Amino acid sequence: MSTTASQSPLLELDQVTIRFGGLTAVSEVSATVGDQELVGLIGPNGAGKTTMFNLITGVYQPTGGSIRFGRQPTGGLRPYRLTEMGIARTFQNIRLFPSLSVFDNVRVAFHLHLDHDALHSLTRGPKFRGEENRIRDQTRELLAIFNLERFEGAPSRSLSYGDQRRLEIVRALATRPRLLLLDEPAAGMNPSEKVDLMRLIQFVREKFRLSILLVEHDMKVVMGICQRIHVLEYGRKIAEGTPEQIRSNPAVIAAYLGEERTAA
Amino acid sequence: MIPVSQRWLLGSILVAAAVAPIAGRIDSYVLDVLLGATINITLAVSLNLINGFTGQFSLGHAGFMAVGAYASALLTVAYGKSFGSLLGNQPFLMLPVALLAGGLAAAVSGLLVGAPSLRLRGDYLAIVTLGFGEIIKVILQNVPLLGGALGLNGIPTPINRGWAEPVLFFNLATACITIYGVWALVDSTFGRGFIAVADDEVATEAMGINTTRYKIQAFVVGAFFAGVAGGLYAHLKGSLSPTGFDFNRSIEIVVMVILGGMGRHIGVIAAAILLTVVQEPLRKLGDWRMILYALLLIGLMLTRPQGLFTLPLRRRTAPAN
Repeated sequence: MSTTASQSPLLELDQVTIRFGGLTAVSEVSATVGDQELVGLIGPNGAGKTTMFNLITGVYQPTGGSIRFGRQPTGGLRPYRLTEMGIARTFQNIRLFPSLSVFDNVRVAFHLHLDHDALHSLTRGPKFRGEENRIRDQTRELLAIFNLERFEGAPSRSLSYGDQRRLEIVRALATRPRLLLLDEPAAGMNPSEKVDLMRLIQFVREKFRLSILLVEHDMKVVMGICQRIHVLEYGRKIAEGTPEQIRSNPAVIAAYLGEERTAA
Repeated sequence: MIPVSQRWLLGSILVAAAVAPIAGRIDSYVLDVLLGATINITLAVSLNLINGFTGQFSLGHAGFMAVGAYASALLTVAYGKSFGSLLGNQPFLMLPVALLAGGLAAAVSGLLVGAPSLRLRGDYLAIVTLGFGEIIKVILQNVPLLGGALGLNGIPTPINRGWAEPVLFFNLATACITIYGVWALVDSTFGRGFIAVADDEVATEAMGINTTRYKIQAFVVGAFFAGVAGGLYAHLKGSLSPTGFDFNRSIEIVVMVILGGMGRHIGVIAAAILLTVVQEPLRKLGDWRMILYALLLIGLMLTRPQGLFTLPLRRRTAPAN
């Protein structure tokens, strides 16, 4: 992968559109996320934020426009290929693997950095065992950073809601991404958990030196940590700027307060 | 140094070798049930990889078994003379080669069925695999070389050709290898991918895992062992007829997996043994047996959906060695 792309943004959306039948869920949205930048994506319910995530991660293919990651076009690639390129994500409605332990949820995400395959699993030679030991150590190390190591053997479902959300972030980090997409990580958290989460997100960005695109309803969280914010409404981008600019933007205020719709 | 798990495998194969000589001396009925049980273990454990661990509901296991049974029997019967003379007429050489051929033929058919159909999920995949089983049956009924509707006869068995020792040995060894194979495959960072696919395909892809590749691998490996089991079945019964590999046979194997607990190792083995033994006194019931199976399945789903032999809470932890 190119490391000289410091001038051009890491993620680049150019006039991206997706239609589901007659409904245009995302319409001609252009946006960028720079290297090691923390960008927010906000908008009222149904604005198309999660659809944007699904477009960026290859779950949906755009019907118009193009997406580039590290200057490479991502059109037509399946989600696992995009993760391979360096895009990892969490899900709005937590999607951990319920049959797997906390440890294995993270371990399985090391797949991309695995030299062994089916045959090595069967022969279990020294190379296989060495690699399994290395992955075990790295998994424990990651879990320890997020204070989850004591739940190692527990089923992922037995964790508290906040811990499950954090485990999803750990799992995404195990793929060693350059861009991390967080889909409403603060949903269902209490105020003190939210403060911890804000610290955690900033810590993750610095520690792992990655870019983060954050979808979030909680304005305190978004305004508190994002360097730049994109605002969507009805699938269109209505504003972009720093938290201060967004706070005073008339179009954003209208979208959130100007109609008979609350800011969720 | 050999890993602990492989020492277990080698040990159990040595035990199988030590046990094999009793085959000629024990009651032929007991031998028949014993061989039936080991074949069912191989079938259930291999189907468990597909239906249990990987979560792809296949109803085609009898079809793969049929492919393996006919392919191996072709070698020992239809081409028996040249095949036998090539290997010095040694049953201890002829049988494993025939079984391997059966397994490979089934694996190829698994690839052919799996590659296009594994994009389908749940019920749709079940229907395709069901269709595959029926197609195999019809093909077998209409190919003269394979004996057509009359079936294929004169396959060497413990009774007619004194193949008792090799048949028993390779039955036991195959069951051990299948159990080891499925266990070893799943018990690794690579192998946890199978379970992840069963749990949540979208999340699995988001981890950089090619779910299609995992599903096809599970299908091919599962089909391979089903094919070997088919070869063993052929050399137990001595004759094959297409109707022996119908839908009911697939259902029987599915019941074993569900009874034992989808994605459990020990439970599925226990269920395969239990159902083989229970079948014997139920033989007089004939086709009514299937009604009993259906009732068993319904009762099980209502009371113990996690499987008969499964503790409600399971723990998967770090790799052992």
